[in-house]
Amino acid sequence: MSQPLVEVKDLAKVFDVSPPWLNRVVERKPKAFVHAVDGVSFSIERGKTLALVGESGCGKSTVARLLVGLYGPTRGHVRFDGEDIAKTLAGAGASPLRRRMQMIFQDPYASLNPRWKVLDIVAEPLREHGLVKGDAEAKRRVGELLSSVGLNPADAEKFPHQFSGGQRQRISIARALATEPEFLVCDEPTSALDVSVQAQVLNIMKDLQRKRGLTYLFISHNLAVVRHMADQIGVMYLGRLVEVADKAELFARPRHPYTRMLLDAIPDIHMTGRARTPVQGEVPNPLNPPSGCSFHPRCPLANARCKAERPVLLEAEGVRVACHAVEEGRAG
Amino acid sequence: MTAPLLEVSHLRVEFPTRHGTLLALDDISFSIAPGEILGVVGESGAGKSLTGAAIIGLLDPPGRIAAGEIRLAGRRIDNLPYEQMRRIRGKEIGAVFQDPLTSLNPLYTVGRQLVETITTHLDLTASQARARAVELLASTGIPAPEARVDHFPHQFSGGMRQRVVIALALAANPKLIVADEPTTALDVSIQAQIIALLKKVCKEQGAAVMLVTHDMGVIAETCDRVAVMYAGRIAEIGPVAAVIHRPAHPYTAGLMGSIPAMDEDRERLLQIDGAMPRLTAIPPGCAFNPRCPHVVERCHSERPELALVGATSAACWRPVTLEGAR
Repeated sequence: MSQPLVEVKDLAKVFDVSPPWLNRVVERKPKAFVHAVDGVSFSIERGKTLALVGESGCGKSTVARLLVGLYGPTRGHVRFDGEDIAKTLAGAGASPLRRRMQMIFQDPYASLNPRWKVLDIVAEPLREHGLVKGDAEAKRRVGELLSSVGLNPADAEKFPHQFSGGQRQRISIARALATEPEFLVCDEPTSALDVSVQAQVLNIMKDLQRKRGLTYLFISHNLAVVRHMADQIGVMYLGRLVEVADKAELFARPRHPYTRMLLDAIPDIHMTGRARTPVQGEVPNPLNPPSGCSFHPRCPLANARCKAERPVLLEAEGVRVACHAVEEGRAG
Repeated sequence: MTAPLLEVSHLRVEFPTRHGTLLALDDISFSIAPGEILGVVGESGAGKSLTGAAIIGLLDPPGRIAAGEIRLAGRRIDNLPYEQMRRIRGKEIGAVFQDPLTSLNPLYTVGRQLVETITTHLDLTASQARARAVELLASTGIPAPEARVDHFPHQFSGGMRQRVVIALALAANPKLIVADEPTTALDVSIQAQIIALLKKVCKEQGAAVMLVTHDMGVIAETCDRVAVMYAGRIAEIGPVAAVIHRPAHPYTAGLMGSIPAMDEDRERLLQIDGAMPRLTAIPPGCAFNPRCPHVVERCHSERPELALVGATSAACWRPVTLEGAR
């Protein structure tokens, strides 16, 4: 494979969170902006899974929404199979492109219309893209899709409230698969589910990837789930990627101090009694991020350079890391 | 072993509804020794939080304790009148809930809420109580406690708020702390801080803890013993290492196998098919029988009691043997 399926270059999204005009004038408040995603670049090979991890507010979900075109980027671009997404979605090629990429959302209770039958929910993308002719064909196709995610075709006649959380998430997966996409963006697909149900959903997602050669962008804050699902992992902190590496490499030799902290912080059931160092401090306010490297107030390796100069992602030994300490060999 | 601090025996909680009485907790028995941390795990709807609520006497009506008893340091507390129970809550049992934003009053400063709790339960003057409030905030790791004591809850971040809630729970030196999903609303890095804090303060004060969570990792790191709940019953209870590494109940074994591990690679996760039954339709016999891979005839008709299997106690007719565990 020469060309990656998805290529993201210097992607940025700025949200205007200013107070209303009158407040700004009366209270002399300045305009305020949040740099939700700030210069993120990565690529995903066909048939592979890239996972983005990070704590809440680090911009993971914004990246997901930028990738499927739910937000327009402020800067940078996303290329899908060589096409610029923002340009294509604005033009005549929008519909064929949308067919090729779909999204699975976090909350299976909020992402399914409670007034629609499962048949209509799963058939909506089919009808929208003109992939089926008539109700009989729609019904047959929905039945196939439901079986492929381990549900009964007869479930098509039911409403979402008749299903448990895990079953609902399978309905969303069936809906996402309806247009036979190549690329699925999964935004915390299992974090609303119990562990035993999470295992069912993760197994289905892996089986589907193997059978259909799907490419995933998998977003999660759970490192154990990410380790199970991903081929490559990107760690985000305050809107920037701080480390991108292959799964095995990241877990065996985490380079960036933040990655090390995250790995250190997860309680793991198989290491009872292991002493661990709790992460110090908290994520800073994204409205007013620290100067230089945004991680420096919590970093044990921070020095004057980290406070002043923002590190860039540098590649070494196949791993991309944005850290002065790693670059200078101080990370040990 | 010393006399248990908390003793729950044959607890049964019912919810009378128009469509009949729902049995939410059925024959729950366990005890916690002073200074011990007992974890309670299970999937949503298993009855974990309800057990905690029954102990602190905060069952939402129409829920009621239908049978069994709860003893705190030998004294029966499940049938106390509201006023007496109110005095025990806070003084002898501290509570930490999941969402730190809703368990604090947004209109009062953190200090005022702490002082109120302290003066209600302890015989201290206002200035002594304030000094104790500052001390409590400091002991839960809040920087600059003298200044922070006059701040409102919204001025704290999520992790800091949970620290305040823990300080509140500890205010009157309770003997027992019931922590209901204290870290679920927090990020992993903050979660680690809060768990370490909870462990530290309990050790320092010698308080026993009942930690309700669905996160096995948290349990493994924190608890001495763990109870696994399923459909309103205890499926297995025992020392944490035994339950995690050599589970006897097929449900516990399935639960452990379904958690992605950090130290091994598996192509597929073990999955338990199906979902937990609703309270309206708990099958006869063992509640787990429709999902159980080792089900036998007896499981459909007769309900298993907790019995010792190796190091843990499991309610199962055919406990997983050591060879078959993995």
